[in-house]
Amino acid sequence: MTMETEKKMIEVQNVRFVYPHNNEEENVIALDGVDFHINKGEFVGIIGHNGSGKSTLAKLFNAIIFPTQGDVWVNGFNTKDQEHLWDIRQTAGMVFQNPDNQLVATIVEDDVAFGPENLGVPPLEIRTRVDQALAIVEMQAYAHQKPHQLSGGQKQRIAIAGILAMEPECIIFDEPTAMLDPSGRREVMTTIRKLNQDKNMTVIHITHYMSEIIGADRIIVLDKGKIVMEGTPETIFKNVQALKKIGLDVPPMTELAYELRNEGINIRDNILSIDEMVEALCQ
Amino acid sequence: MPVEIKNLTHIYSQGSPFEFQALDDINITIEDGSFIGIIGHTGSGKSTLIQHLNGLLNPTSGTVIVDGMDIFAQKKSELIQLRHRIGLVFQYPEHQLFEETVHKDVAFGPKNQGLTEEEVDDRVRNSIKMVGLDYDEVKDKSPFELSGGQMRRVAIAGVLAMEPSVLILDEPTAGLDPRGRDEILAQIKTMHQKNKNTVILVSHSMEDIGKLVEKILVMNEGKIVYFDTPNRVFTEIETLEKIGLAVPEVTYLMRRLKKKYPEIREDIFTVEAAKNEILRVIRG
Ligand SMILES: Nc1ncnc2c1ncn2[C@@H]1O[C@H](COP(=O)(O)OP(=O)(O)OP(=O)(O)O)[C@@H](O)[C@H]1O
Ligand SMILES: Nc1ncnc2c1ncn2[C@@H]1O[C@H](COP(=O)(O)OP(=O)(O)OP(=O)(O)O)[C@@H](O)[C@H]1O
Ligand SMILES: [Mg+2]
Ligand SMILES: [Mg+2]
Repeated sequence: MTMETEKKMIEVQNVRFVYPHNNEEENVIALDGVDFHINKGEFVGIIGHNGSGKSTLAKLFNAIIFPTQGDVWVNGFNTKDQEHLWDIRQTAGMVFQNPDNQLVATIVEDDVAFGPENLGVPPLEIRTRVDQALAIVEMQAYAHQKPHQLSGGQKQRIAIAGILAMEPECIIFDEPTAMLDPSGRREVMTTIRKLNQDKNMTVIHITHYMSEIIGADRIIVLDKGKIVMEGTPETIFKNVQALKKIGLDVPPMTELAYELRNEGINIRDNILSIDEMVEALCQ
Repeated sequence: MPVEIKNLTHIYSQGSPFEFQALDDINITIEDGSFIGIIGHTGSGKSTLIQHLNGLLNPTSGTVIVDGMDIFAQKKSELIQLRHRIGLVFQYPEHQLFEETVHKDVAFGPKNQGLTEEEVDDRVRNSIKMVGLDYDEVKDKSPFELSGGQMRRVAIAGVLAMEPSVLILDEPTAGLDPRGRDEILAQIKTMHQKNKNTVILVSHSMEDIGKLVEKILVMNEGKIVYFDTPNRVFTEIETLEKIGLAVPEVTYLMRRLKKKYPEIREDIFTVEAAKNEILRVIRG
């Protein structure tokens, strides 16, 4: 491995992905010429309209599907390389869009233990990890419940705990907060940020909630299977019109700043948070 | 149709080690033609409550009266009739979709209502358009070959196609992209204004709730905490936070701005309203 590849967690090289159909004319081109990489320790947000290719991309990272053209590398391994399937899944854990696709066991704590067990983690250590993961998502009280008898948001929390317990170097979150209440959403986002900052975990966060990625290192914007913008939250969210045109949005404070500027109020166009807005209006 | 919920209690898996009381003596009346929101912590009982409103779940005790009829005292056939007028969009669209094609799935509800083939077809085209999908593009696809947000749109279309007198939506915007969310909610609002149907929206988005509903039902641990206007509910910030909820971001902003602008109003729930209020205090 060269120095370059050692720094990269994920590399996507000119990828095209087609969902084949019996009738060729109805093939769906989900990704078309996508090319980028994610460095180790980075926190990257991915946004895009429904059907823009986000989950397809996530499944490519996790070697669940493989590029029709081009290559995906995870931690230096080509995902097409069956020999390294295990290394890839061990390095990059994924929280699926729908928790039903992820919950496998009949008891919550077994479900959370499933990942680390497969990784060969010693039983005592598994116990600790399961307890910790359940504590992070505030579901200790449900450890002995049946996953299919949980509420929508509770299932989502268990799915997140299952991946946390694996302690992978990289986690791909596919809309992990869609079913969470405001405090649950805040807690999960705090946890994600902590893992990224304290443990240098690489985080890829797919979301429709723009506020969740104002702290990301970088945002990638997908539109109809192509990357159309890439940059820091400040530079991306400045483009209020362009984002709305492709079905997206900006965080509420950015939108408010934009509206106020349109009314002739002189404030920055790269405001993201309440703190920044208060500062701008109270100086 | 008005919906009366009377002494409704639900205990899951009663008598087993998994016994859990999800609803505890709920009493409310949802007026005919009103648009209400339900908010509450994960596990607070929202989905359990709304699944009683069309008879999907049976109460442990208490009952639900829709349009003057006790839905649990009805014979099965009458309950089925009533159900045709109550549309429920499930929390996870995968739990709702089952036909081979999008067209068939959306047509299922209106067909069961006994509409003619032509009427059904009209409804299907219309409601698929309402949720922002291209009819010709998706009609023959399997719902399971769609992205998460596209699937959710099909599930919503299937219920809108029934033009229900009571429309119940369990977190309908989870997984929708921002434009889809705004447009579909606007369509629901327009339909509500036109047909004067009763709408019950469960959501974790305080922004959407603040924008749309006349009254908010706040739940916590199977009980009702508030059932009141957004103005009243969203000023109870401390209580809401204590039970895992919040108020819209702009409402927090207004609070913070109070130090510098003591006259600023706090009952602000949308970006639009925030803009106007800030301009008012700045320009004096
Ligand atoms: N079949 C079941 N058996 C036992 N307990 C259950 C069952 N289904 C739900 N519960 C419990 O009932 C409570 C209420 O669940 P419900 O689905 O109504 O919550 P909710 O308010 O809709 O939550 P969310 O916001 O996460 O969707 C939860 O604590 C849940 O674990
Ligand atoms: N199993 C499948 N078979 C055929 N087409 C599919 C399949 N899964 C997804 N697609 C199509 O591929 C495209 C990309 O889907 P993908 O799930 O990656 O979108 P997404 O960006 O994750 O959207 P969402 O925000 O709705 O989750 C869409 O047009 C979708 O209809
Ligand atoms: Mg997706
Ligand atoms: Mg629910």
